Amino acid sequence: MRKVAIYGKGGIGKSTTTQNTVAGLVELGRKVMVVGCDPKADSTRLLLGGLAQKSVLDTLREEGEDVELDDIRKAGYGGTWCVESGGPEPGVGCAGRGIITSINMLESLGAYEESEGLDYAFYDVLGDVVCGGFAMPIRDGKAEEIYIVVSGEMMAMYAANNISKGIMKFAQSGSVRLGGLICNSRAVDNEEEMISEFAKKLGTQMIYFVPRDNDVQRAEINRKTVLEWNPEVKQADAYRGLAKAIDENKNFVIPTPLEIEELEKLLMDYGLMN
Amino acid sequence: MATATKKKLVQWGPAEVKAALLEKYPPKVGRKRAKQIMINEALQNDTPELTANVRTIPGIITMRGCTYAGCKGVIMGPTRDIVNLVHGPIGCSFYAWLTRRNQTDPGPDGENYMNYCFSTDMQEQDIIFGGEKKLAQAIQEAYDLFHPKSIAVFATCPVGLIGDDIHTVSKNMKEKFGDCNVYAFSCEGYKGVSQSAGHHIANNQVFRHLVGQNDEVKPGKYKINLLGEYNIGGDGFEIDRIFKKCGITCISTFSGNSTYDQFASSHTAPWVKVNFIGAKATAKSLRKIAEYFGEKDLIDTVEKVIAEEMPEVEAALAEITPRTENKTVMMFVGGSRAHHYKELFDELKMKTISAGYEFGHEDDYEGRQVLPNIKLDADSRNIEELEVEADETRFKPRKSDKEMKALDKAGYKFKQYDGLAADMDKGTLIIDDLNQYEAEKLVELMKPDLFCAGIKEKYSIQKLGVPMKQLHSYDSGGPYAGFQGAINFYKEIDRLVNSKVWGFMKAPWQKNPQLSGSFNWE
Repeated sequence: MRKVAIYGKGGIGKSTTTQNTVAGLVELGRKVMVVGCDPKADSTRLLLGGLAQKSVLDTLREEGEDVELDDIRKAGYGGTWCVESGGPEPGVGCAGRGIITSINMLESLGAYEESEGLDYAFYDVLGDVVCGGFAMPIRDGKAEEIYIVVSGEMMAMYAANNISKGIMKFAQSGSVRLGGLICNSRAVDNEEEMISEFAKKLGTQMIYFVPRDNDVQRAEINRKTVLEWNPEVKQADAYRGLAKAIDENKNFVIPTPLEIEELEKLLMDYGLMN
Repeated sequence: MATATKKKLVQWGPAEVKAALLEKYPPKVGRKRAKQIMINEALQNDTPELTANVRTIPGIITMRGCTYAGCKGVIMGPTRDIVNLVHGPIGCSFYAWLTRRNQTDPGPDGENYMNYCFSTDMQEQDIIFGGEKKLAQAIQEAYDLFHPKSIAVFATCPVGLIGDDIHTVSKNMKEKFGDCNVYAFSCEGYKGVSQSAGHHIANNQVFRHLVGQNDEVKPGKYKINLLGEYNIGGDGFEIDRIFKKCGITCISTFSGNSTYDQFASSHTAPWVKVNFIGAKATAKSLRKIAEYFGEKDLIDTVEKVIAEEMPEVEAALAEITPRTENKTVMMFVGGSRAHHYKELFDELKMKTISAGYEFGHEDDYEGRQVLPNIKLDADSRNIEELEVEADETRFKPRKSDKEMKALDKAGYKFKQYDGLAADMDKGTLIIDDLNQYEAEKLVELMKPDLFCAGIKEKYSIQKLGVPMKQLHSYDSGGPYAGFQGAINFYKEIDRLVNSKVWGFMKAPWQKNPQLSGSFNWE
């Protein structure tokens, strides 16, 4: 089983990209579990056709000790398993601690056991690695390959660089590696070239360039992945391509994060060239 | 054997002892610790020579406690009719229960919650989802069960980490009840370098939420407040007995044998610097109180009481001193306690060869004159300083400017404190924030006849063959304050330093090995 975590700046499209990619992997015949690590619990909405999943932490709170795997995971599109870690409402408690508890619970309930026949476990993680809890999926023995969703916007690249620092820290003592940058296009000038160059400087690759397309929005309004909503559209092929690239990926590295000056120079060279 | 050739190190100079204490430390640690070990010159200095109230170096097994222990355990713990509710996991809530032998008189109404534990018992889900609702529920439950006058909430470490707003919860509950004062202490264990930060936080909130709540003038001719008396082993009871005999009314004690109402009306009486540990110190303090009021009848009564009490003290000393004279003692207690008990050891003609505090500040060692020169570091700055100003309608000076000047001219010292160093002999060692390693090393080098500290040190010191007296909880003894307390103390110390039991510490085979051998390649 490959354990994959998707990181990236808030609002960059991690959840959308993850679910569409998972749908692509399903088409390739893979068995996938998606674990949403966001207190908003909206990481599996498209696979489940709506926000219906009861989170691990809510279940734990209500059921107490007596929790079973079937209480916290739900079957979604194409036989995927969908889990939402959940967490506190904004401004109270500790969401980071919630993710730690939730992932431990999944482990102890045997969600990753060989008998489950999983090919992939995907962690969709909230925003930046602000504290230990959000780093949980990249700690030793959890996710082993990381993909960072990024665009050509300054802050998205800045976040990607910061996440790389986190990965570097954990990679030095564990098995986690960076698998590549997924460019979720914002139609910024020279975006593809810039992200390719950025990836190179980080010691990795731009594994795929996902073009901007309003069909993504259309599918989302229908609470579906693009592949389910309309398998014929061009964007569905883009996600198929990303799924295939991840499925065939062999390029796993310890990233080499950039100094801030270096990052700014990259933006100057590509972004502000004209 | 090596021990036979080792000279008795009491004969070593203090500089050698200090060097030996620091010898094993890495250079940087050694440099830092060197600043907290002072060879006393008994000089008056304006600038602090000893570093105190600074972070303990990681890796050192300190004698200190945490901020929560200082706030909940020390300051607020001894008050009987306030429900002390610990917001935190149940481990920290061990200290929800009184662990310090603070005694209390349940009072005429019997309202006493000191023997209860109140805790929100935070679980993992409370950490994740926030503990505010659970806290409000716990406050409600305590109110419904006991209808106390007041509920105090104490934050443990995780509460600060997840950011539960305990102050707003408390404020809302206070407004909801209408007849119960609810307030909170942000005394997370990590807040300061020692429990001293907890004392500071506790006092801030006591003055903000309690003092001044009751303007009712209590009966009594000579009214005072007592600060920093915790009624350990009944110290406060003995002081109360003496006050009663003298005709002095104690309005409030912070916080031994105290009540909510005592705090609330404490602003109706003055405070002066006194010390009731030691018979002579007690007599001196009583005279100082009488001098403040300046009335002949009080001065006469105080003299009469001293004359009545002292003969028994002197008889006890005459009997005991020949056995205690020139014995040596080390004390590492509190933030000024070591200084107080030195008075009692002086009365027993014992020598205090080394002393220090766990959580003292520079002025506790070197006197209040160094206060302006104490460098305020980030750790202290993190704790709020209350700005106090006179209440326009309620502030009534107890002495006129003229009277104050007259008292000052007569040499009356309201706030003066010269610190521990001024009272220690030349060449003795004053050590701040002593640790396990240094304690054992000191005992090994200086072989005191008695070592005084707290429960954490008790058994490791006894294992070295030296009697140990706890001056936090008094073991199972006390009171040691006032006149009767002093006599108790003399007897206890006599028992400890003259016990034969320490001579039997070594097993026969340790003293006379019957067999010895060596490897044939040696």
